[in-house]
Amino acid sequence: MKRTLDPAASEQIDAIIGRLKGEPGPLLLVLHAVQDALGHVPPAAVPVIAEGLNLSRAEVHGVVTFYHYFRDQPVGRHTVRICRAEACQSMNGEALVEHARRKLGIDFHQTTPGGEFSLEPVYCLGNCACSPAVMIDRELYGRVTPGKFEELLALWGRRS
Amino acid sequence: MTTTVYVSRDASACSLGAGEVASALATQARQRQLDVKLVRPGSRGLFWLEPLVEVDTVAGRVAYGPVAERDVASLLDADFLHGGTHPLSLGRTQDIPYLATQQRLTFARVGIIDPLSLADYCAHDGYRGLERALAMSGTDIVKTVTDSGLRGRGGAAFPTGIKWKTVLEQVTPRKFITCNADEGDSGTFADRMLMEGDPFSLIEGMTIAGIAVGATRGYIYLRIEYPHAHDVLREAIAIAYREGYLGHDVRGSGKQFDLEVRLGAGAYICGEETSMLESLEGKRGEVRVRPPLPAIKGLFGMPTIVNNVVTLTSVPVILHRGAEFYREYGMGRSRGTLPIQLAGNIKQGGLVERAFGVTLRELLYDYGGGSASGRPIRAVQVGGPLGAYIPQSQFDTPVDYEAFTAIDALLGHGGVVVFDDTVDMARMARFALEFCALESCGKCTPCRIGSTRGTEVIDRIVQGIDRERNLALLEELCETMLHGSLCGLGGLTPYPVRSALRHFAADFTGTSKH
Repeated sequence: MKRTLDPAASEQIDAIIGRLKGEPGPLLLVLHAVQDALGHVPPAAVPVIAEGLNLSRAEVHGVVTFYHYFRDQPVGRHTVRICRAEACQSMNGEALVEHARRKLGIDFHQTTPGGEFSLEPVYCLGNCACSPAVMIDRELYGRVTPGKFEELLALWGRRS
Repeated sequence: MTTTVYVSRDASACSLGAGEVASALATQARQRQLDVKLVRPGSRGLFWLEPLVEVDTVAGRVAYGPVAERDVASLLDADFLHGGTHPLSLGRTQDIPYLATQQRLTFARVGIIDPLSLADYCAHDGYRGLERALAMSGTDIVKTVTDSGLRGRGGAAFPTGIKWKTVLEQVTPRKFITCNADEGDSGTFADRMLMEGDPFSLIEGMTIAGIAVGATRGYIYLRIEYPHAHDVLREAIAIAYREGYLGHDVRGSGKQFDLEVRLGAGAYICGEETSMLESLEGKRGEVRVRPPLPAIKGLFGMPTIVNNVVTLTSVPVILHRGAEFYREYGMGRSRGTLPIQLAGNIKQGGLVERAFGVTLRELLYDYGGGSASGRPIRAVQVGGPLGAYIPQSQFDTPVDYEAFTAIDALLGHGGVVVFDDTVDMARMARFALEFCALESCGKCTPCRIGSTRGTEVIDRIVQGIDRERNLALLEELCETMLHGSLCGLGGLTPYPVRSALRHFAADFTGTSKH
C-alpha cells in the first residue's frame, strides 16, 4: 500500500479542502470530492484531510470506513453494482449475482485483472418494479437477464 | 404544426431503454422532416409499459408501449404523431385502467409535466400552496397541516403537524428543514419518481415548511444510488433560485429560504432520522439516543424538521386545496392518499396512489395482475426489509396504518415486494438478519450482535440441530432486539423474522420442498 500521495493527488486534495472547509459539517463533502477526483480515498489522504478540517485521524478514518460507498483501494475503470435486496431476489437476482461472479471471474469488492470492472453489491437501486437491477457507473439497467448482463459487459468493455 | 411527444426521463424508464427510444425518435423525425417537440417527463409509473411513448393529439394524450428502439420506424410509419393505430397502441393514457382508477394527489404532475419547466409546474397548480402559505401565519400553516391528518410517509407515520408545531415553538436563532431522501427500502421508489418527475413540488413543500416554522435553510439528504434524481434536483434548485422561489427574498415576501442537496454514501441506516442528521453533519451515521427529539435539538444542535420526500411533496396540495380536501380521502386515522409501490415478482409493477383503505388483494391482482412468473403469489413483504412477510390469508387487509399494526405488520414507506411460491421463507428470514448485521451502525448491542447470532440460530434450526431450544432462543432474541434496540433497524428486524416463522413454519424444517 502506498504510504504517500503523489504530488498531483496531493494538490487536488488540498484544493478540495480549501474549497469546502468553510461548509458546515464538510467531511462527507470532502470525501465525495476526493473519491470523484481520484476514484478512491487513499489511506495517505486521511491525515491530510484530518489536518485540513481540524479533525482527528481517527474521526476521518471512522467516517471513511463507516460508509459502504467510500473505498480505500483503487478500483476498475467501471464499477458494476448488482442489487441483492429483496425485490431483486424475488426475480432471481441471486442467480444473476452468481453469473456475474463467474463471468467476471471475481468476487464482490474485487477488480478484474485487466482493471476493467470492479464488482460491488448494492442494496436497492430504486428500480424494484424492473428487477433484477444493475448499475454500471451512473447508468441504471432493469430486468437484467444473464444474457443481457453479458451484452452490457461487452458494451462497457468497448467504452473504456 | 409542432407535435409534442413524451418519453420519460425516469431512471427506471431509462433502465429499460427510454433514452435510446427518445434519441431514435428525435433522429428519425428529423430525417422525415417532421416537426416534433420531444419532452422528457417523469414516469407515469406503469413500468411494464415502459418505455412508454405519449403524443399530444386532439383527443388528448395517446400512449404506445412498451416501445423498443426498433419500433420507432414503424410507429412513425403508422402516423402515431396523429394517434395512428399500431400494435403497441394503448389508447388515451388517462383511460388506461391502472391509471384511471388512481387518486393522484401527490403524484398529480408526475409523468405529465416537464420536470424542469417552472412554467409547466405553475400551469399545473404548482406554487399555489406557497402562495397561500405566504399569506398565512406560521401557526395557521401548521394548523392546516395538522388538520389535514397527514402522517409521516417515510414509515413512522408520526403526525406531521405535531412535529412542525414542536419546531415552531422553539425559540432559537436557527432552525432547519431536512428532507430524508435516503429511500433505502427494497421495493420502494416513490421518492425517486417524485424527485425525478416533479422536483419543484419537493422544493415548494420544503419552502412552505421553512416559512411555517421560521427556518431559513433546508437540506435534502439524497442517497448516492440516485444519480438521476441528483441531476434533476440540482437543476431544479438552480432554476428556483434564478426565478426567486428560493433565496433571501422568496417571491418578494422578505422571507428567506435556502436549499441544498447533500449526498449520502451507501449506508441504509442513514434513513433513520438521527443517523441521517449525523451524516449531514459529516459524521459516521450512528444513531442518536432520543430524547432530545430532532424537533428540539436536531441538525447542528438546532430545532429541525425531518420529513420524507412523499410527506413534503404532499404539503403543497394540502395548502392549496385545504386540510378538509385532503382529509376527505382515507380511512380511520390514516388520512389522505398513499403512493404504493408494487415491486418484485409482479406482472404489472409500478406506482399506485390511492386513498388509504384499498386492500392488498386489489393492489396485487387488480393493479398488479398477479405474479410476473405466472406462479401463485405466496408472500408479500410490505414496508421494506424491516417489514413483515404477509401470507395470502391476510391479503384482504386494507392499506391503513392501524390495520397493519393489528396483524403485526407495518405499512412503512408503502413498498410491496411480491414473491411467488418458489420463495424459501427461512432464507428470507435469515436475509433480514444478515442485512441488519451488514447495515447496523454498531452503537447498540441487540442490533450489532443480535443480528449475527440470529443468522446462526436460524442455520441451526434449518439443520434440525436442537430445534425446539433454538426456536425458543430465536424468539427470545427477537424479543430483545425489539425492545432493546436504539432504533428501528434492530427494533424492526424481528418483524420479517417472526412473520416468516409464524406464517411459513414449514420452510424452517429443512424438509420443505421450497
